[in-house]
Amino acid sequence: MIKVPYYPGCTLKTTAQNYEVSGLAVARKLGIELIELPSWNCCGVFPSLANDDLMRHIAPIRNLIRVKKMIENGIIEDQYRFVTLCSMCYHTLKEANLFIKDEEKLKKLNTFLEEEYKGEIEPLPFLKLLQVEVGFEKISEEVRKPLKGLKVAPYYGCLLLRPREIGIDNPESPSILEQLLSVLGADVVENPNKTQCCGSYHTVNNKSIVVRLTYDNLIYAIKNGAEVIAVGCPLCAFNLDHYQVEVKKIHFDFKIVPIVYYTQLMAIALGLGKESSGLELGLNYVDPIPVLKRFL
Amino acid sequence: MSRKADEGSSVPKVKIWVMGKEYKVPSSFTIMTAMEYIGYRFKQGIGCRNGYCGACATFYRVKGDYKLRPALACQEIVKDGMVIVQIPFVPAKKTIYDIDKLEPSANAIFENYPEVARCLSCNTCTKACPQNLEVMEYVQAALRGDLEKVMHLSFECVECGLCAMRCPAEIKPYLVARLARRLYAKYMVPLDKRVRKREEEIKEGKFDKELERLMKMSVERLKELYEERRLS
Repeated sequence: MIKVPYYPGCTLKTTAQNYEVSGLAVARKLGIELIELPSWNCCGVFPSLANDDLMRHIAPIRNLIRVKKMIENGIIEDQYRFVTLCSMCYHTLKEANLFIKDEEKLKKLNTFLEEEYKGEIEPLPFLKLLQVEVGFEKISEEVRKPLKGLKVAPYYGCLLLRPREIGIDNPESPSILEQLLSVLGADVVENPNKTQCCGSYHTVNNKSIVVRLTYDNLIYAIKNGAEVIAVGCPLCAFNLDHYQVEVKKIHFDFKIVPIVYYTQLMAIALGLGKESSGLELGLNYVDPIPVLKRFL
Repeated sequence: MSRKADEGSSVPKVKIWVMGKEYKVPSSFTIMTAMEYIGYRFKQGIGCRNGYCGACATFYRVKGDYKLRPALACQEIVKDGMVIVQIPFVPAKKTIYDIDKLEPSANAIFENYPEVARCLSCNTCTKACPQNLEVMEYVQAALRGDLEKVMHLSFECVECGLCAMRCPAEIKPYLVARLARRLYAKYMVPLDKRVRKREEEIKEGKFDKELERLMKMSVERLKELYEERRLS
Protein backbone atom coordinates (compact mmCIF):
# COMPACT_ATOMS: atom_id res chain seq x y z
CA MET A 1 0.00 0.00 0.00
CA ILE A 2 1.48 3.35 -1.05
CA LYS A 3 0.45 6.24 1.16
CA VAL A 4 -0.15 9.51 -0.59
CA PRO A 5 -1.25 12.79 1.04
CA TYR A 6 -4.72 13.73 -0.06
CA TYR A 7 -6.33 17.16 -0.20
CA PRO A 8 -10.13 16.81 -0.46
CA GLY A 9 -11.47 20.35 -0.85
CA CYS A 10 -14.79 21.68 0.42
CA THR A 11 -17.01 20.31 -2.34
CA LEU A 12 -15.93 16.73 -1.78
CA LYS A 13 -17.18 17.04 1.78
CA THR A 14 -20.55 18.44 0.71
CA THR A 15 -22.16 18.12 -2.73
CA ALA A 16 -19.55 15.78 -4.21
CA GLN A 17 -19.34 13.16 -1.49
CA ASN A 18 -20.00 10.55 -4.17
CA TYR A 19 -16.72 11.57 -5.80
CA GLU A 20 -14.78 11.18 -2.58
CA VAL A 21 -16.37 7.89 -1.54
CA SER A 22 -15.72 6.31 -4.93
CA GLY A 23 -12.28 7.86 -5.34
CA LEU A 24 -11.01 6.63 -1.98
CA ALA A 25 -12.44 3.15 -2.56
CA VAL A 26 -10.86 2.88 -6.01
CA ALA A 27 -7.50 4.08 -4.70
CA ARG A 28 -7.55 1.53 -1.90
CA LYS A 29 -8.35 -1.25 -4.34
CA LEU A 30 -5.38 -0.23 -6.46
CA GLY A 31 -2.99 -0.21 -3.51
CA ILE A 32 -3.00 3.48 -2.74
CA GLU A 33 -4.04 4.85 0.59
CA LEU A 34 -5.04 8.47 0.28
CA ILE A 35 -4.32 10.11 3.65
CA GLU A 36 -6.31 13.26 4.22
CA LEU A 37 -4.38 16.27 5.48
CA PRO A 38 -4.87 16.59 9.26
CA SER A 39 -6.12 20.11 8.68
CA TRP A 40 -6.70 22.12 5.55
CA ASN A 41 -8.45 25.21 4.28
CA CYS A 42 -10.29 26.12 1.11
CA CYS A 43 -8.01 25.82 -1.93
CA GLY A 44 -8.72 29.45 -2.76
CA VAL A 45 -11.03 28.68 -5.70
CA PHE A 46 -9.90 30.30 -8.92
CA PRO A 47 -6.54 31.89 -9.35
CA SER A 48 -6.98 35.63 -9.23
CA LEU A 49 -6.83 37.52 -12.49
CA ALA A 50 -6.46 40.90 -10.80
CA ASN A 51 -3.19 42.81 -10.80
CA ASP A 52 -3.05 42.87 -7.03
CA ASP A 53 -3.42 39.14 -6.56
CA LEU A 54 -1.26 38.42 -3.56
CA MET A 55 -4.00 37.90 -0.98
CA ARG A 56 -5.84 35.46 -3.20
CA HIS A 57 -2.82 33.16 -3.18
CA ILE A 58 -2.52 32.82 0.55
CA ALA A 59 -5.11 30.04 0.75
CA PRO A 60 -3.49 27.66 -1.78
CA ILE A 61 0.04 28.32 -0.48
CA ARG A 62 -1.15 27.65 3.06
CA ASN A 63 -2.37 24.24 1.93
CA LEU A 64 0.89 23.47 0.17
CA ILE A 65 2.68 24.31 3.42
CA ARG A 66 0.36 21.95 5.26
CA VAL A 67 1.34 19.11 2.93
CA LYS A 68 5.00 19.99 3.40
CA LYS A 69 4.58 19.87 7.17
CA MET A 70 2.68 16.60 6.93
CA ILE A 71 5.66 15.07 5.14
CA GLU A 72 8.26 16.74 7.33
CA ASN A 73 6.50 15.67 10.51
CA GLY A 74 6.73 12.10 9.30
CA ILE A 75 2.96 11.58 9.17
CA ILE A 76 3.62 10.31 5.72
CA GLU A 77 6.79 9.31 3.93
CA ASP A 78 6.53 10.57 0.49
CA GLN A 79 8.02 12.55 -2.26
CA TYR A 80 6.87 16.11 -2.14
CA ARG A 81 3.55 15.68 -3.87
CA PHE A 82 -0.07 15.12 -3.01
CA VAL A 83 -3.32 14.13 -4.69
CA THR A 84 -6.54 15.98 -5.29
CA LEU A 85 -9.72 14.60 -6.78
CA CYS A 86 -11.37 17.94 -7.50
CA SER A 87 -10.10 19.60 -10.69
CA MET A 88 -10.72 23.07 -9.28
CA CYS A 89 -8.53 22.41 -6.25
CA TYR A 90 -5.82 20.91 -8.44
CA HIS A 91 -5.92 23.89 -10.75
CA THR A 92 -5.78 26.51 -8.01
CA LEU A 93 -3.03 24.78 -6.06
CA LYS A 94 -0.93 24.15 -9.13
CA GLU A 95 -1.40 27.71 -10.31
CA ALA A 96 -0.17 28.97 -6.93
CA ASN A 97 3.09 27.13 -7.55
CA LEU A 98 3.46 28.91 -10.87
CA PHE A 99 2.62 32.21 -9.22
CA ILE A 100 5.45 32.04 -6.71
CA LYS A 101 8.02 31.50 -9.45
CA ASP A 102 8.02 35.30 -9.26
CA GLU A 103 10.52 35.68 -6.43
CA GLU A 104 9.32 39.09 -5.41
CA LYS A 105 5.82 37.73 -4.80
CA LEU A 106 7.11 34.68 -2.99
CA LYS A 107 9.12 36.89 -0.67
CA LYS A 108 6.09 39.01 0.13
CA LEU A 109 3.94 35.95 0.78
CA ASN A 110 6.55 34.43 3.05
CA THR A 111 6.72 37.56 5.17
CA PHE A 112 2.98 37.31 5.73
CA LEU A 113 2.69 33.56 6.31
CA GLU A 114 3.71 31.87 9.54
CA GLU A 115 5.77 29.18 7.78
CA GLU A 116 8.07 29.47 4.84
CA TYR A 117 7.31 27.96 1.46
CA LYS A 118 9.60 27.62 -1.52
CA GLY A 119 7.48 25.72 -4.01
CA GLU A 120 8.56 22.24 -2.91
CA ILE A 121 5.15 20.57 -3.17
CA GLU A 122 3.51 19.39 -6.37
CA PRO A 123 -0.22 18.75 -6.63
CA LEU A 124 -1.28 15.79 -8.75
CA PRO A 125 -4.80 15.04 -9.97
CA PHE A 126 -5.95 11.54 -9.12
CA LEU A 127 -6.53 10.80 -12.80
CA LYS A 128 -2.88 11.52 -13.56
CA LEU A 129 -1.77 9.42 -10.62
CA LEU A 130 -3.77 6.51 -12.03
CA GLN A 131 -2.11 6.90 -15.41
CA VAL A 132 1.47 7.49 -14.30
CA GLU A 133 1.89 5.61 -11.06
CA VAL A 134 -0.69 2.85 -11.22
CA GLY A 135 -0.87 2.43 -14.98
CA PHE A 136 -4.03 1.78 -16.94
CA GLU A 137 -2.75 -1.71 -17.72
CA LYS A 138 -2.78 -2.63 -14.04
CA ILE A 139 -6.29 -1.19 -13.77
CA SER A 140 -7.44 -3.35 -16.68
CA GLU A 141 -6.24 -6.41 -14.73
CA GLU A 142 -8.37 -5.36 -11.78
CA VAL A 143 -11.59 -4.97 -13.75
CA ARG A 144 -14.19 -7.45 -12.47
CA LYS A 145 -17.34 -6.15 -14.10
CA PRO A 146 -16.42 -4.65 -17.46
CA LEU A 147 -18.82 -1.90 -18.48
CA LYS A 148 -19.57 -3.78 -21.68
CA GLY A 149 -21.94 -1.98 -23.99
CA LEU A 150 -22.19 1.09 -21.75
CA LYS A 151 -21.92 4.15 -23.94
CA VAL A 152 -19.92 6.74 -22.03
CA ALA A 153 -18.92 10.17 -23.26
CA PRO A 154 -16.06 12.00 -21.52
CA TYR A 155 -16.26 15.61 -20.44
CA TYR A 156 -13.10 17.33 -19.23
CA GLY A 157 -14.07 20.95 -18.84
CA CYS A 158 -11.15 23.33 -18.66
CA LEU A 159 -9.48 23.07 -15.27
CA LEU A 160 -7.55 19.87 -15.96
CA LEU A 161 -6.37 21.06 -19.35
CA ARG A 162 -5.77 24.78 -19.50
CA PRO A 163 -3.50 26.69 -19.36
CA ARG A 164 -0.92 24.36 -20.86
CA GLU A 165 1.47 24.66 -17.89
CA ILE A 166 -1.22 23.30 -15.63
CA GLY A 167 -2.93 20.84 -17.98
CA ILE A 168 -2.39 17.11 -17.59
CA ASP A 169 -3.03 16.30 -21.24
CA ASN A 170 -3.24 17.92 -24.64
CA PRO A 171 -5.34 21.04 -23.98
CA GLU A 172 -7.14 20.82 -27.33
CA SER A 173 -7.53 17.14 -27.79
CA PRO A 174 -7.07 15.18 -24.58
CA SER A 175 -7.47 11.42 -24.39
CA ILE A 176 -6.60 10.34 -20.85
CA LEU A 177 -10.22 9.93 -19.78
CA GLU A 178 -11.07 7.99 -22.95
CA GLN A 179 -8.15 5.66 -22.31
CA LEU A 180 -9.31 5.00 -18.78
CA LEU A 181 -12.92 4.42 -19.81
CA SER A 182 -11.87 1.97 -22.51
CA VAL A 183 -9.81 0.05 -19.96
CA LEU A 184 -12.97 -0.27 -17.87
CA GLY A 185 -14.63 -1.96 -20.85
CA ALA A 186 -16.96 0.92 -21.67
CA ASP A 187 -17.95 1.92 -25.15
CA VAL A 188 -16.41 5.38 -25.43
CA VAL A 189 -18.52 7.81 -27.40
CA GLU A 190 -17.08 10.92 -29.04
CA ASN A 191 -17.98 14.24 -27.41
CA PRO A 192 -16.65 17.10 -29.57
CA ASN A 193 -17.35 19.67 -26.84
CA LYS A 194 -15.57 17.78 -24.10
CA THR A 195 -13.05 20.55 -23.45
CA GLN A 196 -15.48 23.47 -23.45
CA CYS A 197 -16.27 25.54 -20.39
CA CYS A 198 -19.20 24.32 -18.28
CA GLY A 199 -20.20 27.85 -17.31
CA SER A 200 -18.40 27.61 -14.01
CA TYR A 201 -19.56 30.10 -11.39
CA HIS A 202 -22.00 31.77 -13.75
CA THR A 203 -24.19 29.16 -12.10
CA VAL A 204 -24.59 31.62 -9.22
CA ASN A 205 -25.95 34.65 -11.02
CA ASN A 206 -26.03 34.04 -14.78
CA LYS A 207 -27.94 30.82 -15.04
CA SER A 208 -28.99 31.31 -18.66
CA ILE A 209 -25.34 31.09 -19.76
CA VAL A 210 -24.94 27.78 -17.99
CA VAL A 211 -28.16 26.46 -19.53
CA ARG A 212 -26.91 27.31 -23.01
CA LEU A 213 -23.50 25.76 -22.36
CA THR A 214 -25.02 22.65 -20.83
CA TYR A 215 -26.97 22.13 -24.03
CA ASP A 216 -23.88 22.68 -26.19
CA ASN A 217 -21.68 20.46 -24.09
CA LEU A 218 -24.06 17.51 -24.05
CA ILE A 219 -26.06 17.55 -27.25
CA TYR A 220 -23.45 15.94 -29.53
CA ALA A 221 -22.53 13.33 -26.98
CA ILE A 222 -26.20 12.46 -26.64
CA LYS A 223 -26.64 12.36 -30.43
CA ASN A 224 -23.66 10.00 -30.53
CA GLY A 225 -25.59 7.73 -28.24
CA ALA A 226 -24.05 8.49 -24.82
CA GLU A 227 -26.00 6.92 -21.96
CA VAL A 228 -23.87 8.53 -19.30
CA ILE A 229 -21.28 11.33 -19.12
CA ALA A 230 -18.05 10.86 -17.18
CA VAL A 231 -16.53 13.91 -15.47
CA GLY A 232 -13.75 14.67 -13.00
CA CYS A 233 -14.78 18.07 -11.72
CA PRO A 234 -17.50 18.74 -9.13
CA LEU A 235 -18.37 22.10 -10.66
CA CYS A 236 -18.79 20.62 -14.14
CA ALA A 237 -20.81 17.81 -12.60
CA PHE A 238 -23.07 20.25 -10.81
CA ASN A 239 -23.69 22.43 -13.83
CA LEU A 240 -24.18 19.63 -16.35
CA ASP A 241 -26.40 17.72 -13.96
CA HIS A 242 -28.64 20.46 -12.58
CA TYR A 243 -29.28 22.46 -15.73
CA GLN A 244 -30.55 19.74 -18.03
CA VAL A 245 -34.03 20.21 -16.70
CA GLU A 246 -33.77 23.90 -17.73
CA VAL A 247 -32.42 22.88 -21.14
CA LYS A 248 -35.46 20.71 -21.60
CA LYS A 249 -37.72 23.71 -21.11
CA ILE A 250 -36.12 25.28 -24.22
CA HIS A 251 -35.36 22.17 -26.28
CA PHE A 252 -38.36 19.91 -25.78
CA ASP A 253 -36.77 16.92 -27.49
CA PHE A 254 -33.61 17.06 -25.36
CA LYS A 255 -32.82 13.63 -23.94
CA ILE A 256 -31.66 13.84 -20.36
CA VAL A 257 -28.45 12.01 -19.52
CA PRO A 258 -26.94 11.25 -16.10
CA ILE A 259 -23.57 12.72 -15.09
CA VAL A 260 -21.17 10.59 -13.04
CA TYR A 261 -17.60 10.86 -11.83
CA TYR A 262 -15.11 8.61 -13.59
CA THR A 263 -14.25 7.18 -10.17
CA GLN A 264 -17.86 6.00 -9.80
CA LEU A 265 -17.60 4.08 -13.05
CA MET A 266 -14.30 2.67 -11.84
CA ALA A 267 -15.81 1.55 -8.55
CA ILE A 268 -18.49 -0.32 -10.47
CA ALA A 269 -16.07 -1.86 -12.97
CA LEU A 270 -13.64 -2.93 -10.25
CA GLY A 271 -16.54 -4.66 -8.55
CA LEU A 272 -16.36 -2.64 -5.36
CA GLY A 273 -20.08 -2.70 -4.70
CA LYS A 274 -22.86 -0.19 -4.64
CA GLU A 275 -21.75 1.59 -1.50
CA SER A 276 -18.31 2.39 -2.87
CA SER A 277 -19.80 3.82 -6.03
CA GLY A 278 -21.55 6.58 -4.08
CA LEU A 279 -24.51 6.24 -6.43
CA GLU A 280 -26.98 5.92 -3.60
CA LEU A 281 -26.03 9.10 -1.78
CA GLY A 282 -28.77 10.93 -3.64
CA LEU A 283 -26.44 13.65 -4.87
CA ASN A 284 -27.33 13.36 -8.55
CA TYR A 285 -30.09 15.44 -10.03
CA VAL A 286 -30.46 13.03 -12.94
CA ASP A 287 -30.38 9.61 -11.32
CA PRO A 288 -27.71 7.41 -12.94
CA ILE A 289 -28.89 4.17 -11.31
CA PRO A 290 -31.43 3.19 -14.03
CA VAL A 291 -28.64 3.26 -16.64
CA LEU A 292 -26.02 1.62 -14.45
CA LYS A 293 -28.05 -0.95 -12.56
CA ARG A 294 -27.23 -3.68 -15.05
CA PHE A 295 -23.64 -3.54 -13.76
CA LEU A 296 -24.42 -3.27 -10.07
CA MET B 1 12.00 62.54 48.23
CA SER B 2 9.45 65.28 48.07
CA ARG B 3 8.94 64.78 44.36
CA LYS B 4 8.12 61.12 45.01
CA ALA B 5 5.62 62.15 47.60
CA ASP B 6 4.06 64.44 45.04
CA GLU B 7 3.51 61.56 42.70
CA GLY B 8 1.63 59.80 45.44
CA SER B 9 3.62 56.57 45.71
CA SER B 10 6.72 54.71 44.72
CA VAL B 11 4.76 52.20 42.62
CA PRO B 12 6.42 51.81 39.23
CA LYS B 13 4.37 53.50 36.56
CA VAL B 14 4.01 53.45 32.80
CA LYS B 15 2.83 56.06 30.38
CA ILE B 16 -0.27 55.20 28.38
CA TRP B 17 -2.64 57.06 26.10
CA VAL B 18 -6.38 56.62 26.43
CA MET B 19 -8.56 58.24 23.78
CA GLY B 20 -5.49 60.22 22.78
CA LYS B 21 -4.75 61.60 26.24
CA GLU B 22 -1.61 60.83 28.18
CA TYR B 23 -1.69 59.27 31.66
CA LYS B 24 0.68 57.64 34.12
CA VAL B 25 -0.67 54.47 35.65
CA PRO B 26 0.76 51.70 37.85
CA SER B 27 2.53 49.18 35.64
CA SER B 28 0.87 46.15 37.23
CA PHE B 29 -2.64 47.24 36.24
CA THR B 30 -4.75 45.74 33.54
CA ILE B 31 -6.06 48.07 30.86
CA MET B 32 -9.41 48.04 32.62
CA THR B 33 -8.15 48.88 36.09
CA ALA B 34 -5.83 51.48 34.61
CA MET B 35 -8.75 53.21 32.93
CA GLU B 36 -10.75 53.15 36.13
CA TYR B 37 -7.71 54.51 37.96
CA ILE B 38 -7.65 57.38 35.49
CA GLY B 39 -11.28 58.07 36.23
CA TYR B 40 -13.27 56.31 33.55
CA ARG B 41 -16.45 54.64 34.69
CA PHE B 42 -17.52 51.72 32.52
CA LYS B 43 -21.16 51.32 31.71
CA GLN B 44 -20.56 49.29 28.60
CA GLY B 45 -17.61 47.22 27.49
CA ILE B 46 -17.32 45.60 30.89
CA GLY B 47 -18.58 42.36 32.29
CA CYS B 48 -17.10 39.54 34.31
CA ARG B 49 -13.62 41.09 34.83
CA ASN B 50 -12.23 37.60 34.53
CA GLY B 51 -11.72 37.03 30.85
CA TYR B 52 -14.81 34.87 30.44
CA CYS B 53 -17.47 37.13 29.03
CA GLY B 54 -15.69 38.89 26.17
CA ALA B 55 -17.38 42.24 26.81
CA CYS B 56 -14.22 44.34 27.08
CA ALA B 57 -12.76 44.06 23.56
CA THR B 58 -9.88 46.48 23.17
CA PHE B 59 -7.38 47.50 20.55
CA TYR B 60 -4.07 49.06 21.31
CA ARG B 61 -0.84 49.98 19.66
CA VAL B 62 2.50 50.39 21.38
CA LYS B 63 4.46 53.43 20.29
CA GLY B 64 7.13 52.45 17.83
CA ASP B 65 5.38 49.21 16.82
CA TYR B 66 3.33 49.20 13.61
CA LYS B 67 1.00 46.43 14.73
CA LEU B 68 -2.53 46.96 15.94
CA ARG B 69 -3.04 44.52 18.77
CA PRO B 70 -6.26 43.10 20.15
CA ALA B 71 -6.89 42.30 23.80
CA LEU B 72 -9.46 41.89 26.53
CA ALA B 73 -9.14 44.96 28.76
CA CYS B 74 -9.62 42.97 31.94
CA GLN B 75 -6.77 40.59 31.07
CA GLU B 76 -4.08 42.62 29.37
CA ILE B 77 -1.50 44.32 31.57
CA VAL B 78 -0.59 47.88 30.54
CA LYS B 79 2.69 48.49 28.78
CA ASP B 80 4.71 51.65 28.47
CA GLY B 81 3.67 53.59 25.39
CA MET B 82 0.31 51.87 24.93
CA VAL B 83 -2.26 53.77 22.90
CA ILE B 84 -5.61 52.31 23.83
CA VAL B 85 -9.10 52.36 22.43
CA GLN B 86 -11.87 50.37 24.02
CA ILE B 87 -14.63 48.94 21.88
CA PRO B 88 -17.85 49.12 23.88
CA PHE B 89 -19.78 47.03 21.42
CA VAL B 90 -19.24 45.19 18.11
CA PRO B 91 -21.67 46.30 15.42
CA ALA B 92 -21.84 42.87 13.75
CA LYS B 93 -24.88 41.77 11.83
CA LYS B 94 -26.57 38.95 13.65
CA THR B 95 -28.78 36.77 11.50
CA ILE B 96 -32.15 35.84 12.92
CA TYR B 97 -32.94 32.22 12.22
CA ASP B 98 -35.30 29.54 13.42
CA ILE B 99 -33.07 26.70 14.53
CA ASP B 100 -35.94 24.23 14.07
CA LYS B 101 -36.05 25.01 10.38
CA LEU B 102 -32.32 24.59 9.71
CA GLU B 103 -30.39 21.49 8.79
CA PRO B 104 -26.98 20.73 10.29
CA SER B 105 -25.09 21.32 7.06
CA ALA B 106 -22.80 23.74 5.24
CA ASN B 107 -25.92 25.18 3.62
CA ALA B 108 -27.28 26.40 6.94
CA ILE B 109 -24.03 28.32 7.37
CA PHE B 110 -24.15 29.77 3.85
CA GLU B 111 -27.77 30.82 4.12
CA ASN B 112 -27.17 32.74 7.30
CA TYR B 113 -23.59 33.90 6.91
CA PRO B 114 -22.83 33.74 3.17
CA GLU B 115 -19.67 35.81 3.61
CA VAL B 116 -17.80 32.76 4.99
CA ALA B 117 -17.28 31.79 1.34
CA ARG B 118 -15.07 34.86 0.97
CA CYS B 119 -12.52 33.60 3.50
CA LEU B 120 -9.01 34.17 2.12
CA SER B 121 -7.35 32.00 4.76
CA CYS B 122 -5.26 35.01 5.74
CA ASN B 123 -5.40 33.97 9.40
CA THR B 124 -5.86 37.53 10.68
CA CYS B 125 -8.79 36.35 12.81
CA THR B 126 -6.60 33.78 14.53
CA LYS B 127 -4.01 36.43 15.31
CA ALA B 128 -6.75 38.66 16.76
CA CYS B 129 -8.18 36.05 19.12
CA PRO B 130 -7.45 36.81 22.81
CA GLN B 131 -8.38 33.22 23.60
CA ASN B 132 -5.76 31.88 21.20
CA LEU B 133 -8.35 29.88 19.29
CA GLU B 134 -7.74 28.60 15.77
CA VAL B 135 -10.37 30.92 14.35
CA MET B 136 -9.48 30.54 10.67
CA GLU B 137 -9.50 26.76 11.03
CA TYR B 138 -13.04 26.78 12.36
CA VAL B 139 -14.26 29.21 9.72
CA GLN B 140 -12.82 26.82 7.15
CA ALA B 141 -14.47 23.85 8.85
CA ALA B 142 -17.79 25.74 8.78
CA LEU B 143 -17.30 26.37 5.08
CA ARG B 144 -17.37 22.64 4.43
CA GLY B 145 -20.07 21.83 6.93
CA ASP B 146 -17.82 20.13 9.47
CA LEU B 147 -19.85 21.39 12.43
CA GLU B 148 -18.28 19.03 14.91
CA LYS B 149 -14.86 20.50 14.21
CA VAL B 150 -16.25 24.03 14.54
CA MET B 151 -17.74 23.07 17.89
CA HIS B 152 -14.44 21.69 19.20
CA LEU B 153 -12.30 24.53 17.89
CA SER B 154 -14.62 27.33 18.99
CA PHE B 155 -15.80 25.95 22.29
CA GLU B 156 -13.86 28.44 24.38
CA CYS B 157 -14.93 31.46 22.33
CA VAL B 158 -15.95 34.39 24.56
CA GLU B 159 -17.59 36.22 21.65
CA CYS B 160 -15.66 39.42 22.12
CA GLY B 161 -15.90 40.01 18.36
CA LEU B 162 -12.28 41.05 17.79
CA CYS B 163 -12.00 38.48 14.98
CA ALA B 164 -14.97 40.05 13.19
CA MET B 165 -13.42 43.48 13.43
CA ARG B 166 -10.15 42.35 11.88
CA CYS B 167 -11.53 40.12 9.09
CA PRO B 168 -10.86 41.65 5.65
CA ALA B 169 -13.69 39.59 4.17
CA GLU B 170 -16.12 40.89 6.78
CA ILE B 171 -16.87 37.46 8.15
CA LYS B 172 -18.21 37.35 11.69
CA PRO B 173 -16.39 34.21 12.83
CA TYR B 174 -17.76 34.19 16.37
CA LEU B 175 -21.37 34.33 15.16
CA VAL B 176 -20.74 31.64 12.56
CA ALA B 177 -19.30 29.46 15.31
CA ARG B 178 -22.28 30.13 17.55
CA LEU B 179 -24.64 28.97 14.80
CA ALA B 180 -22.51 25.88 14.20
CA ARG B 181 -22.48 24.98 17.90
CA ARG B 182 -26.23 25.43 18.11
CA LEU B 183 -26.77 23.18 15.11
CA TYR B 184 -24.36 20.65 16.54
CA ALA B 185 -26.09 20.64 19.91
CA LYS B 186 -29.56 20.44 18.44
CA TYR B 187 -29.07 17.87 15.71
CA MET B 188 -25.84 16.02 16.13
CA VAL B 189 -25.47 15.02 19.77
CA PRO B 190 -28.04 12.56 21.04
CA LEU B 191 -30.05 14.02 23.90
CA ASP B 192 -29.22 12.49 27.25
CA LYS B 193 -31.96 10.11 28.40
CA ARG B 194 -31.92 11.71 31.83
CA VAL B 195 -32.82 15.07 30.29
CA ARG B 196 -35.82 13.47 28.57
CA LYS B 197 -36.88 11.84 31.82
CA ARG B 198 -36.62 15.08 33.75
CA GLU B 199 -38.54 16.87 31.01
CA GLU B 200 -41.38 14.39 31.41
CA GLU B 201 -41.34 14.77 35.17
CA ILE B 202 -41.67 18.52 34.78
CA LYS B 203 -44.58 18.10 32.40
CA GLU B 204 -46.26 15.69 34.79
CA GLY B 205 -46.07 18.36 37.47
CA LYS B 206 -43.70 16.55 39.79
CA PHE B 207 -42.06 19.78 40.89
CA ASP B 208 -45.11 22.07 40.87
CA LYS B 209 -45.81 21.71 44.57
CA GLU B 210 -42.26 22.51 45.60
CA LEU B 211 -42.19 25.48 43.27
CA GLU B 212 -45.42 26.82 44.69
CA ARG B 213 -44.05 26.49 48.21
CA LEU B 214 -40.97 28.52 47.21
CA MET B 215 -43.08 31.15 45.49
CA LYS B 216 -45.00 31.80 48.70
CA MET B 217 -41.86 32.12 50.80
CA SER B 218 -40.57 35.46 52.03
CA VAL B 219 -37.38 36.89 50.51
CA GLU B 220 -35.64 36.58 53.89
CA ARG B 221 -36.44 32.90 54.17
CA LEU B 222 -35.30 32.34 50.59
CA LYS B 223 -32.01 34.04 51.38
CA GLU B 224 -31.57 31.81 54.41
CA LEU B 225 -32.25 28.74 52.35
CA TYR B 226 -29.78 29.89 49.77
CA GLU B 227 -27.08 30.34 52.39
CA GLU B 228 -27.81 26.94 53.89
CA ARG B 229 -27.82 25.11 50.56
CA ARG B 230 -25.57 22.12 50.20
CA LEU B 231 -23.02 22.24 47.45
CA SER B 232 -22.06 18.85 46.21
